[in-house]
Amino acid sequence: MTKEVMKGRSISPGKAEGEAIVSKTPLGFYGGIDAKTGIVIEKGHELEGKNVKDKILVFPTGKGSTVGSYVIYGLKKNGVAPKAIINKETETIVATGVILADIPCVDQIDIEKLNTGDRLKVDATKGTVEHA
Amino acid sequence: MYLTKEQENMLNGGHGEVVERQMRLLVRLGEIYKADKMIDVGSVQVAGVSYKSIGDPGLEFLEDIAHKGAKVKVLTFLNPAGMDMENWREIGFPESFATMQKKVMDAFEQMGIVMSATCTPYLAGNLPRFREHIAWSESSAVSFSNSVIGARTNREGGPSALAAAICGFTPNYGLHLDENRKPHMLVKVDAKLEYNSDFGALGYHVGKIAGSKIPYFTGIKNANTDNLKALGAAMAASGAVALYHAEGLTPEASTMETKGLEIIEVGEKELKEAYAKLNTGKDPDLVVVGCPHASLREIITIAKKIDGKHLKKPFWICTSRVMKDAATRMGLTATIEKAGGKIVADTCMVVSPIEEMGFKTTGVDSGKAGNYLPGFCKQSVVFKNIDDLIKSG
Repeated sequence: MTKEVMKGRSISPGKAEGEAIVSKTPLGFYGGIDAKTGIVIEKGHELEGKNVKDKILVFPTGKGSTVGSYVIYGLKKNGVAPKAIINKETETIVATGVILADIPCVDQIDIEKLNTGDRLKVDATKGTVEHA
Repeated sequence: MYLTKEQENMLNGGHGEVVERQMRLLVRLGEIYKADKMIDVGSVQVAGVSYKSIGDPGLEFLEDIAHKGAKVKVLTFLNPAGMDMENWREIGFPESFATMQKKVMDAFEQMGIVMSATCTPYLAGNLPRFREHIAWSESSAVSFSNSVIGARTNREGGPSALAAAICGFTPNYGLHLDENRKPHMLVKVDAKLEYNSDFGALGYHVGKIAGSKIPYFTGIKNANTDNLKALGAAMAASGAVALYHAEGLTPEASTMETKGLEIIEVGEKELKEAYAKLNTGKDPDLVVVGCPHASLREIITIAKKIDGKHLKKPFWICTSRVMKDAATRMGLTATIEKAGGKIVADTCMVVSPIEEMGFKTTGVDSGKAGNYLPGFCKQSVVFKNIDDLIKSG
């Protein structure tokens, strides 16, 4: 496991430490994650059935509906949001959601180096990610 | 990022708390995506309208800004609601849901938004021009306006579109700029495309490969705006495609260079596989078409097909109120109802609570609906062309 500090771009500020849940494929929030439970519901998605609550959620980029921002906001209000989000490229819909919901978020990170189960430290204000 | 004096004043609370909050979101997005300035937008499409989609957190968010006096500055249209706003009771939408949905609509109405309740604003009175800057959410409408009309919008999230409506502008980045509208991949199509479902299957397949890239299609011999609407909607659902070009069909295609691009070939085999993937069920207990909302031409076509027939299963055509009124005036609503079908306005099968209305398997001809129904509505899907759907219904 690398100890390097990966530097990306700050999308939404804040700090978090926790267990990573990593998707290698894009993730849509609307129709993708249940805002009441935090469980991934998209049929056939590699994270289907997994819960993102209190995890560091890692995926390359968002996809699908523009209502996704509200789902991210809903996850937070319902107390089932991830502690932080790490992307390769955060697009507007996820960015809007995390800013509104106040979830720390960093992008431009080489997510190939991150695996489900890794303990990660995110400083989204500085835009850094490292293994804890 | 450059802000005018007026915009700085808005950011510093000179126009009240609501505007300040919306400005903060827009400025933050502008900073992230390195916008040089804000640009005025001609119109806005706001997504996140169905109570089923946004839930209590979304409703509270909207009510809060509406009560604090938020008003939109530009022509702003609304995405579909979770039910037909007039005939919800007779169609069978639950009363408890209707109560909450009406609250959502009240909040939007207070802000001065047009109660259009459609995902096809361009068919219902909000038509941007070529190269006009707009701030639209609703992924299928984003795709249509960028690709088929050649207007310019990023894939706005519901709240960022609302912020643009309240402020009147959006940060200048992404698809607002010439250099970001160039294609990334060449999709060579060699397959017979006849039905909307064929275009939906093509879009479903290409969207999965393209992600957020811009595809350039060749080999689509002919397509009307309904076909292109179906294609774009499916790509925006299975991927995040906000813009595509199609040789000979879309306005910016001839200005684009395709030499050296990655090539994706799509033939009958890929189309057949897409059909197979979208089919997760067998015998539909509900058939719904009109995702995105049916155009008048689509309603006319279907009415002709089912005229004189007796449909055994519930058959819905989802569309905007504007299209339904036109259809009613033409006698089409009566024809459709006589055959046992319904024109359902203001909503669609994805954003309405069909899983709470006792339906388990839904028949559709939309790649977008086929993509969302299993996850969001817990439905098995039968994905077929419209003729086969009518047969099975």
